[in-house]
Amino acid sequence: MELLKKLTQTFGPSGNEEMVRELIIKEIRDFVDEINIDPLGNLITRKKGNGKKLMFAAHMDEIGLLVTYIDKDGFLRFSNIGGVSQYYSLFQKVMFKNGVVGVIGYNEKIENMKDLKLDKMYIDIGASNKEEAEKMVNIGDVACFLGEFHTNMNKVSSKALDDRIGCFILMEVIKSIQKHENDLYFVFTVQEELGLRGARTSAYSVDPDYAIAIDVTDTGDTPESKPMALKLGKGPAVKVKDSSIITHPFVRNLMIDTAKENNIPYQLEVLERGGTDSGAIHLTKGGIPSGVLSISTRYIHSPCEMVDMDDVKNGIKLLTLIAEKKL
Amino acid sequence: MLLKALTEANGVSGNERNVRELILNEIKNYCDQITVDSIGNIIAYKKGNGVDDKSIMLSSHMDEVGLIVTGITEAGFIKFKPVGGIDERILISKRVLIGEECIPGVIGIKAIHLQEPTERKNAVKIKNMYIDIGAKNKEDAEKKVSLGDFIAFDSEYIEFGHNMVKAKALDDRLGCAVLIEMLKEKYSFNLYACFTTQEEVGLRGAKVAAYTVKPDLALVVEGTTCSDVPGTEEYQYATRLGEGPAISIMDRASYSDRDLAMMLYHLGKKNHIKVQFKQTTFGGNDAGSILLTGIGVPTAAISVPCRYIHSPVSVMNKDDFEGCIKIVKLFLKELENKPIKKWEVIK
Repeated sequence: MELLKKLTQTFGPSGNEEMVRELIIKEIRDFVDEINIDPLGNLITRKKGNGKKLMFAAHMDEIGLLVTYIDKDGFLRFSNIGGVSQYYSLFQKVMFKNGVVGVIGYNEKIENMKDLKLDKMYIDIGASNKEEAEKMVNIGDVACFLGEFHTNMNKVSSKALDDRIGCFILMEVIKSIQKHENDLYFVFTVQEELGLRGARTSAYSVDPDYAIAIDVTDTGDTPESKPMALKLGKGPAVKVKDSSIITHPFVRNLMIDTAKENNIPYQLEVLERGGTDSGAIHLTKGGIPSGVLSISTRYIHSPCEMVDMDDVKNGIKLLTLIAEKKL
Repeated sequence: MLLKALTEANGVSGNERNVRELILNEIKNYCDQITVDSIGNIIAYKKGNGVDDKSIMLSSHMDEVGLIVTGITEAGFIKFKPVGGIDERILISKRVLIGEECIPGVIGIKAIHLQEPTERKNAVKIKNMYIDIGAKNKEDAEKKVSLGDFIAFDSEYIEFGHNMVKAKALDDRLGCAVLIEMLKEKYSFNLYACFTTQEEVGLRGAKVAAYTVKPDLALVVEGTTCSDVPGTEEYQYATRLGEGPAISIMDRASYSDRDLAMMLYHLGKKNHIKVQFKQTTFGGNDAGSILLTGIGVPTAAISVPCRYIHSPVSVMNKDDFEGCIKIVKLFLKELENKPIKKWEVIK
């Protein structure tokens, strides 16, 4: 749990994943045979084997904000990095890489929530003028949302569970694998939130036989939520389809069969909108059969995303068994 | 003057031949090898000293936004659709040139007193506009114009005011002009200057050019949006005319390699050349295609601000253009004989 807390609380908006990368390297160094960083910053690790090449991918980046302008009174204007909701952003706290914390304010009286625009928000870092602000933050600097890590019952809530929960699962799988024939690649990707970018280039260099991405997905288990056949705590989800991929039947069935054989609970996922790294991977080179293991998550892209640790544990178990299975 | 010739040549996306010929003629004496690939990109190669084995790609696109002929009415008027991103409200009453023969025409709309109240209130749609080439009827028009002909704005290169330039297609002929300048120098590394096609319709040429070149790093030279004008809040300016070329941090298509972006910015500052960061993140350019090529390519973009971009009257400041040439030159010199970040083996 301490590791998951560290992972989620680490700073790592898209394009700025270096702190997450360092943390992961430190934790798994002794459990893998090879560690590489590619030109875009993907962390490509390998546990060597003589069998089929299997690639697992989870993205290190989280959504965030990019400073585009500092006004004379020291307020910062920003652009979104990835899918930042204006509704979730208002009056949230954000943190820059150097630790400076700011608050998101609004430059008009808010009369109708429907009219909210990111364009009218600013970050207040407590500076009294431009010069003072520039001592702390410059144009081009990036901030992540602050969202503390809490556990309650079996649930965890924090910022950036999307997709540090995927990174966490992969790290635990790396540590749990006993014997394996497959040539295993564990790739921690960059810039997923900006368009599945790191997955595309890392899949090109790894060139696997099969790939599985691990990411969060929506749920339909909160009051008045949009109907969706996924619930927290009912097992990790095997993706059938989202807007980026229809998963390959071989990989999908590999996940389903392995779960059944080992009495691991699982759910099937059809996500109407959204995509993940497998969407880029399965279209790389001549095509790579790919699937996705999803963790049902409430309040995605808010500073308080929530998952159930049973799903996480079962996800780790399932992927470990798949990694060890002769393909 | 080169920039005048470049901007006055017509090269709507997919139809860049005139621009390509002009550029080929300009660069023929400066390169070790010049290739025109299947999609029409020029890939101009300058061999390095053999010791410094890295490959650097420069990229600017030859194409410009424009229109395409989609129909001819019985009365001989030309119907059209846009090629690339054009604000349709700027089109009425503009002069255009159609096809290889450069048939002149003007964009028209029915007279204001005949427009319905709702038509007057709302912006005119392209589907209600037409091009008048002075034809008698359909038959007469068909002698000069065919379906699928490309249509370019008819606009002269003019210098005016305080060091300003007005022209069409500054986006991205100014980048082509910068690349041509760079080809005149010698470098320790292998330089590939790519003049790409079809950027305005989806960063297409750059995608295949980057695949062919497989560079270790890339720099895109562009014209970019600038709205430092009345009615815009200062934080929405994107860039400012006269404040130097703008370095991109992030846009819709790419996230610049931070080391390269900072290097460009500081080279300007250190050498007392005006330079700015681009303050908004919309739009995209060839960097988005290049960066995702192969195992990934660290990429940055430097752009000259252009007011009224994607119109017949885009406006830039000549000092910004000169500053861009200087910074790109310094950037390439700085990279000479230096190892660059490629693939890092940790274990």
